[in-house]
Amino acid sequence: MSYDRAITVFSPDGHLFQVEYAMEAVRRGSTAVGVRGKDCVVLAVERRALAKLQDPRTIRKIVSIDERSVLAFAGLTADARVLINKTRVEAQSYRLTCEDAPSVEYLARYIARTQQKYTQRGGVRPFGIATLLAGFSEEGKPVLYQTDPAGTHSEWKAQVIGGRNAKSLREFLEKNWEEGMEEEKAVRIGVQALLEVVDSGAKNMEICVVRTGGKKEIMKEEDVDAIVKDIEKEAEEGKSKTSSSDE
Amino acid sequence: MDTVFGVSYKGGVVIATDQVNARSILMYQQNLDKIAELSSHSAMGVSGPNCDLVNFSEYISKNLALYELSNDGMKLSTHAQANFCRGELAKALRKGPFQVNVILGGYDENVPNGGSLYIMDYLGSCHKVNYGAQGYASNFTLSIMDRDWEEGMNEEQAVKIVEHCIRELNMRFLLNQSNFIIKVVDKDGVRTVKADSDPSDN
Repeated sequence: MSYDRAITVFSPDGHLFQVEYAMEAVRRGSTAVGVRGKDCVVLAVERRALAKLQDPRTIRKIVSIDERSVLAFAGLTADARVLINKTRVEAQSYRLTCEDAPSVEYLARYIARTQQKYTQRGGVRPFGIATLLAGFSEEGKPVLYQTDPAGTHSEWKAQVIGGRNAKSLREFLEKNWEEGMEEEKAVRIGVQALLEVVDSGAKNMEICVVRTGGKKEIMKEEDVDAIVKDIEKEAEEGKSKTSSSDE
Repeated sequence: MDTVFGVSYKGGVVIATDQVNARSILMYQQNLDKIAELSSHSAMGVSGPNCDLVNFSEYISKNLALYELSNDGMKLSTHAQANFCRGELAKALRKGPFQVNVILGGYDENVPNGGSLYIMDYLGSCHKVNYGAQGYASNFTLSIMDRDWEEGMNEEQAVKIVEHCIRELNMRFLLNQSNFIIKVVDKDGVRTVKADSDPSDN
């Protein structure tokens, strides 16, 4: 016995409201920024203020899908867990049948395909998450993919998902992203973007650098703190310069 | 017909198999690697038809990798891996059995001697042993291992026992298995100590 009534149906003017509402759920989630550098991909996510009694280590927003791919998401955490598990099984299944690691593009396509399926099946609702998938292509170049609740996937040089200010953050990235950035610069751009939405401080963000071969490193809090202080110092100097030139 | 046997020592395990791949009167190859690497610190010597060897060992190793990824990098202990293997053998038994008999060996930091060895057969039995052998080889090698094995041996002594067994097989076993492959699993992972014939040589 299967569910036969669809939940996601067209409106008279061609909208899929359930999908659009799912995108709203993404906007309510915490921000995740992805920046592609010359030989690395940086994922920076906002860590929302936790309850005092909660153990921060159990909240994971940046996860490994496969040995070579890393994922960050924005939106409903429970939906993300389900989708991530499906994708992990798919990655191992690919390795079992093809005796080779799946490319980041393949996994992004799989996630997008799955998200789309849930907009066209009876009895289910769309996943309320958007994802950023980071890794390296077969040719060894860094890649960043984004998927959304509609089931589309696309490659980005830098992208931001989740949070109310995604639009202004994207403008910030468009202004500041350059081709061929070194790792340090890419991390800096990621942190700078996050600082626009997050209260200052390394404890409110989690930065992950993905290097050649898909090796991921979550940056230590002290190192992130140092970068944050440096950015703030520069901002202060910039402000004082403009105010002194006004005189 | 396959020779699969293993010896555990203080700090790891040694697994040895022959390298013959044959059916009926035909010899397909003499450089088969029958010791499958399951995870970073475990390996499994498998006896049985080549199809089941490959299918079973790859299925197990991919599931172990999935567990590690899904559980934040936590590795399964050798004991857990062996029980997982045994469970899969038991499940498949009354559907479509994996016709394999295995010797699974692995290294764990928090286990007293470091290395642990498990012997399993296609019916789903599983025992933790200090040394073991599958197939006809057991008739020749178990008595040698009974005599030579001691608590607290090191890798060199364990490999010596393995070489003693191989010499005995070459002398007394009807089938001529000239090539053997020996792998060690210790704190540094799985490595090949000796391969009489290079498995990657096509």
